[in-house]
Amino acid sequence: MIVYLLCFILFLVGLYGVITRRNLVKIVISLSIMEFSTFLFFALVGYIDGGVAPIVNPSDPAKIYVDPLPQALVLTAIVIGLATTAMLMAVIIRLFRKYKTFDIREINNLRG
Amino acid sequence: MNPLIPIFVIVPLAGAFLIMILGKFFRDVNKYITSLILLFLLIISILALINTGDNISVYKVGGWEPVNRVPIGIYMVMDGFTTLILCIINLIGFLSAIYSISYISRYTSENYFYSLFCLMIAGMNGVVLSGDLFNIFVFLEISAISSYALVAFGVEKNELEASFKYQVLGGLASFLILFGIGFIYWKTKTLNIADIKEVFNTGYDKSYYLFVQILILSGFGLKAAIIPFHAWLPDAHSSAPSPISAMLSGVLIKAVGIYVIIRLFFNMFDVSEGIAVLITALGALSMAIGVFLAIGQWDIKRLLAYHSISQMGYVVLSVGIGMILISRGIKQEVAVLAIGGGLFHLINHAAFKSLLFLNAGAIEYRTGTRNLKEMGGLARYMPATSSTSFIASMSISGIPPFNGFFSKLIIIIAAVMAGFYLLAALAVIVSIITLASFLKFQRYAFYNKSVEGKETYPKEVPFPMVFSMVILSIFCVLLSLLAFPQIRDAVLTPAINILMDSAKYSSPILGM
Repeated sequence: MIVYLLCFILFLVGLYGVITRRNLVKIVISLSIMEFSTFLFFALVGYIDGGVAPIVNPSDPAKIYVDPLPQALVLTAIVIGLATTAMLMAVIIRLFRKYKTFDIREINNLRG
Repeated sequence: MNPLIPIFVIVPLAGAFLIMILGKFFRDVNKYITSLILLFLLIISILALINTGDNISVYKVGGWEPVNRVPIGIYMVMDGFTTLILCIINLIGFLSAIYSISYISRYTSENYFYSLFCLMIAGMNGVVLSGDLFNIFVFLEISAISSYALVAFGVEKNELEASFKYQVLGGLASFLILFGIGFIYWKTKTLNIADIKEVFNTGYDKSYYLFVQILILSGFGLKAAIIPFHAWLPDAHSSAPSPISAMLSGVLIKAVGIYVIIRLFFNMFDVSEGIAVLITALGALSMAIGVFLAIGQWDIKRLLAYHSISQMGYVVLSVGIGMILISRGIKQEVAVLAIGGGLFHLINHAAFKSLLFLNAGAIEYRTGTRNLKEMGGLARYMPATSSTSFIASMSISGIPPFNGFFSKLIIIIAAVMAGFYLLAALAVIVSIITLASFLKFQRYAFYNKSVEGKETYPKEVPFPMVFSMVILSIFCVLLSLLAFPQIRDAVLTPAINILMDSAKYSSPILGM
């Protein structure tokens, strides 16, 4: 249970960062932290205590295997996460060229 | 196995690659490829709408048959509700692509634009067709990432800022959805929507179930911009190029937001009263607050974006009323009416809101401004834009011969018959404020005296743009035919039947 709680705390750390940080790059880092807490949670969901890697051995049917599906899902999600992070970074670089700052308080053209 | 189903995803995906390769060698090939792909998709989605009816066809990706009647592998499902949304996506996509032929020629790197456009279409078609929870997430991210890039397409200050805001909130929504999927998988050990329903039917922990529902609702609510989650919408929709605004507002928030919410809460979760009341309350809030935020806007596209929130509130509200009645087990025919009204309004909103964004784009194309105070008297110089936008404005504010009137009327009648008099009154008031807001738009943009000191008068926009706007305005009138019972039975009723009876959805998929 304690692992799940730590995973949730990691999510909250990321959320805290997204809300309080003023630097664009730090916001992206916080988003990445949230993302990885989600991945960690998926890995935990598939884990079975005492299980081994799911390579089925017909001669030993009594073995317990961990669930391989969440691992496949996490791999997919990591690739998606990479794409979103790259996209965010590209936008941040463009924003820096336009505004000459990373401070979110000075990037406030859109209001109302 | 219906071989038609994967075509909806494969063709635009292949198109996106082809455009990048062929576009290097041939000029102008990109716009024709995009238009042809979308015309093809539009034709097969209309054929699918006619042929599907009450049937459900399933495509198993990779041909993985179920083992011990437990579905493994990814399922793609096509039913009445799916084909309806597919038609909207591909129709608006086709007209936006035609419109872009003239509009996007102002920008550089058109290849990227059309490639991303095709990717967005592929993602949305995939979300709508998917019968698998994780697959929905993957396609949702495809459409979301391409829309982030398209919002920032102008790479000026405002566009980049809006795109950043959209990406942070969209990312947050993705994590909430992913967490929800994780929690569902933890308990059910399956990702197939129909199978999850079966597993939950054998019994579940109530508080756990509620927690998952809230996670999923807030995640997709962020994508759909229901009111407490709406902060990104006005910025993103007003900063994007106009054909993309039309796609985002007319289709994207429906396909990846409202559609998934409706599908999951009717066909995957049991309809419970608590969640139903919550959804109704969110709908009513978006409806009221959206319109009050819209009335003070002077930027046309921001005004339209806030109205999107308000109009989607109507859809969510009436679907929520339907859910409340289903969960209480009373007045099922009113529930059918309410859900039907919601879907009807969803279709209508796609038509008139896309048209309004295209009009705003046409005005910006000729006058170079989006501020209502700086324009005026355009009715004389741009007759096509002016008359189509008049039709769209009357239609969104619910004036009788146009489609918006009939769907709003059905929603209000359903609310009264269900006994929610206050909500019905609220819907009427919001509709009146909408009318006021659009009269302001009409007056300042088209009928006011033009601003003094201008020597050059704006001309009418080029033919492709006029073509898209005229076709959409014809749809604004024609869609009111859906109020007639015979046409309604052919188009809307299969979708409503699927939502009313979740066994109808799950039994063909699980092969029972």
